[in-house]
Amino acid sequence: MKKHLSLIATIAIFVLMVAGASLHYKGFFSFGVFLNLLRDNAFLGVAAVGMTFVILSGGIDLSVGGMIGFTSILLGVLITKHHFHPAAAIGLSVAIGTAIGTSMGYVISAFDLPPFLVTLACMFLTRGLALVISPDTIAIDHPWYDAVSSAKTALPLIFLTVLAVGLYIAHARPFGRAVYAIGGNADSAALMGLPVGKTKIKIYAISGLCSSIGGVLLTFYMSSGDPNAGRMLELDAIAAVVIGGTLLSGGVGSLVGTLFGVLILGVIQTAITFQGNINSWWTKIVTGILLFGFILLQKVFQLRKTDS
Amino acid sequence: MNARLSRLGPWVWAVVSLALILVFNLVFTPGFFSIQARDGHFYGSLIDIANRAAPVMLVALGMTLVIATGGIDLSVGATMSIVGSVAALMVTKGHSPLAAILTACLFVALALGAWNGILVAVFKIQPIVATLILMVSGRGIAQLLTDGQIIQFHDPSLAYIGSGFLFKIPFSITVVVIVLLITAAVTRLTAMGLFIESVGDNPTASRYSGIDIRTVQLFAYAFCAICAGMAGLVATANTSAADANNTGLNLELDAILAVVIGGTKLTGGRYQLIGSIFGALVIQSLTTTILTKGLAIEFTLVVKALTVLAVCLLQSPQFRTKFRLPARSK
Repeated sequence: MKKHLSLIATIAIFVLMVAGASLHYKGFFSFGVFLNLLRDNAFLGVAAVGMTFVILSGGIDLSVGGMIGFTSILLGVLITKHHFHPAAAIGLSVAIGTAIGTSMGYVISAFDLPPFLVTLACMFLTRGLALVISPDTIAIDHPWYDAVSSAKTALPLIFLTVLAVGLYIAHARPFGRAVYAIGGNADSAALMGLPVGKTKIKIYAISGLCSSIGGVLLTFYMSSGDPNAGRMLELDAIAAVVIGGTLLSGGVGSLVGTLFGVLILGVIQTAITFQGNINSWWTKIVTGILLFGFILLQKVFQLRKTDS
Repeated sequence: MNARLSRLGPWVWAVVSLALILVFNLVFTPGFFSIQARDGHFYGSLIDIANRAAPVMLVALGMTLVIATGGIDLSVGATMSIVGSVAALMVTKGHSPLAAILTACLFVALALGAWNGILVAVFKIQPIVATLILMVSGRGIAQLLTDGQIIQFHDPSLAYIGSGFLFKIPFSITVVVIVLLITAAVTRLTAMGLFIESVGDNPTASRYSGIDIRTVQLFAYAFCAICAGMAGLVATANTSAADANNTGLNLELDAILAVVIGGTKLTGGRYQLIGSIFGALVIQSLTTTILTKGLAIEFTLVVKALTVLAVCLLQSPQFRTKFRLPARSK
């Protein structure tokens, strides 16, 4: 029970927010709104799944937004200018994204460099490459693409599938346990004989994979490739993970929490759209306040733990 | 030669990189070094680089101290935009005199820095997360203040800070020199600099030797916010307009990069103020070179990425052993 207090707090806040919004705005509590909540935030959600693994291991990935912009414009160019079939283009861009993630992981683990700096370099690199490929937005017009993006349930299903696979890897595979162990204490994990280096490489590969899938989802959502897509999205992803109860020091947290973190950010956004006359900057301020609240809550739990 | 250069200090690599970029331009860009006097002011690429690098240099000075304590401050861009908005509003709404604007901005920056400092020093929240809160909500606060609009103002005395000339050179450069001297005096003429390095190197040992870690951290974050506030004033005064959406956007990353290029380690400890100044100049002269060579501005990001990677790898002991480079002097 105590172990799940933070997660329960996250879910409670989500329920309270939905209840409050449903009482306040007519038509908020409906299947359509919830489907849209999942659809609008699918790309953020998938990116946040990868970010959860990174943060659980005690690292950070700032390249998420850049990777989304890179994948998005690469897809646009491949399909529109080079006439790739969308499926092949998606396969290729996700493979490139995963390769970039893997190289980040290699550099971080082989040379013992701070993830902050390496992923920062990668953020510049991916965003720069995206703008080099094409500085302008490219509309994607392909029957296959239109079919997927007009299906209302496609994006939510992909998001939930990625989440399910993530849950399986995190809780039912040795790799998942290694991630938690490294986040708890990398030195003891190494002494226990866990493959710390290999696990770290895989973690950043997963993050690269997830953020490039996020980029693919965003092109479905916008029906275009945009080199500036996903600007500052890494911050939203980190916020979702933290609000979901994962400790930034690593070792503690869960993907279920991240799901609710993403949903909470989505509810704020949806409520602000429903209100109509509230300005978008309130999203940022409320997100900041929530972040502060959750971090403080985690501190209280931690202090209690050390007392007892 | 490698080892002998290193002995001068880690900042020497920033100077070497800057020199390389300048030599490249000396050979390949005609007129890069020419400085013309027009209307009693000096103009030229070199002066332009220093002028444009001013906000990053100012932020980098404060960031150096924060990084030296083993922390990081992601909120500097948001602080810049809040301070810029406050200054613009005071001019347009209140017609306040310059002294009042400067005092108000100083206190706003101090309050924001104290907020970060309290979260890190008292609540013991990891610096990345603690400053992330202000980074996310700070820009929202600035937009709330300005109602999401770009606020233009007409105030020659405030505009002077960002676009005036003193002794024929841009006044922003003078601001940087003054802040550099103040930072050096406050940390090197007192024991504060030593305390900061000690906290960054080994907090536990520092506590046992009687250093009040809280005060040191609070000082670093407050000082960093004041530097960011100055940068916000310079950036806003330069265009005579406060743009809450874009002032200082992504500037935290450039500032951190400048500090790292300047030879201060991200893990804390010894810091190099001069190095950070040169680091900021390296970033700006790279950008300017790319632009004057007619390459698309998009390439600056790619080049920046490669620079960060190169600097990181050169600082990594594992990389140095692997490629038989001499170990880095402590």
